[in-house]
Amino acid sequence: MSDSPIAVEQHEHRPELRHHFATVEQQRDSATLGMWLFLGTEIMFFGGMFCAYLIYRIWYYNEFAAGSRSLDIYLGTTNTIVLICSSLTVALSVRAAQLGKRGLVIILLILTLIFGLAFLGIKGVEWYDKYKEHHIPGSSFDAGDLVREYPQLHIDQSHEQIYFSLYFAMTGLHALHMIIGVGIFVYLLYHTWKGLYTPAYNTPIEIGGLYWHFVDIIWIYLFPLLYLIDRKPLR
Amino acid sequence: MSEHIIPSKIYYAIWIGLMILTVVTAAVSFVDLGPFNTIVALLIATFKALLVVLFFMHVKYTSEKLTKMVIVSSLFWLLLLLFLSLADYSTRYGHS
Repeated sequence: MSDSPIAVEQHEHRPELRHHFATVEQQRDSATLGMWLFLGTEIMFFGGMFCAYLIYRIWYYNEFAAGSRSLDIYLGTTNTIVLICSSLTVALSVRAAQLGKRGLVIILLILTLIFGLAFLGIKGVEWYDKYKEHHIPGSSFDAGDLVREYPQLHIDQSHEQIYFSLYFAMTGLHALHMIIGVGIFVYLLYHTWKGLYTPAYNTPIEIGGLYWHFVDIIWIYLFPLLYLIDRKPLR
Repeated sequence: MSEHIIPSKIYYAIWIGLMILTVVTAAVSFVDLGPFNTIVALLIATFKALLVVLFFMHVKYTSEKLTKMVIVSSLFWLLLLLFLSLADYSTRYGHS
């Protein structure tokens, strides 16, 4: 980072540098810091749900265990792997943008979108399965199948409904973030296509990537908390 | 700070690590470890999150201390929320 008058001179030649920043490095660091501040508020946003989950899980452990068993662990694991692959393509797209490889950035962003939409598709299949099983909280909720399947857990249906309420609230909020992420990446793809990003200016891809990785991390926690509560053989 | 371009093989290594940990955490959940099932699952998840934050999100390579402070203080507030709520609810009568 240089504080010499040359940095000021650069203003004339660098359209990507906003006038209130001294250097592109400072501009990028500011954008990154701002994104992390936003992610801090997101941590608290999801944090409220994780807190509700924690308390109800301690109170109604058996119902949470039964609800967790009723989820499809194979689809859940597949979705975790799909998201991790998408995080890799995002990380590589940021790198490709830093190196100015426009064609590679476009391929990696399209791959990211495919992984993101695949995640949402698999999630939709899982939700539809829950719909067919009458496990969606509401007037048609019926966890009688779980009561019969796990008599040793002594399931209370209204407590079971709390597990599924949290399941849909948490995966729903996460899916909403995924949908927003897909929108952001379509925008980034369009701007990359138009050639707006260069090795000197690719901050939108960098901070869009931060958002995507954050949503991945939320899922990294949701997967064990919702799917893996109690999978061991029942005594 | 000038931006640091990380070799792509580091990204691939982190990706393989995350894939292995995902399969491990799913497999371990079928083994009866008593109360340690939850602890192992959360430790693996936290380790995975740490890999993503440090490498994919470039926090390991940033020299901007303010960014690190924002992350640490965000986690501090989250833990405050979780632990103080837990301290309240777990010491009430009527539930155990």
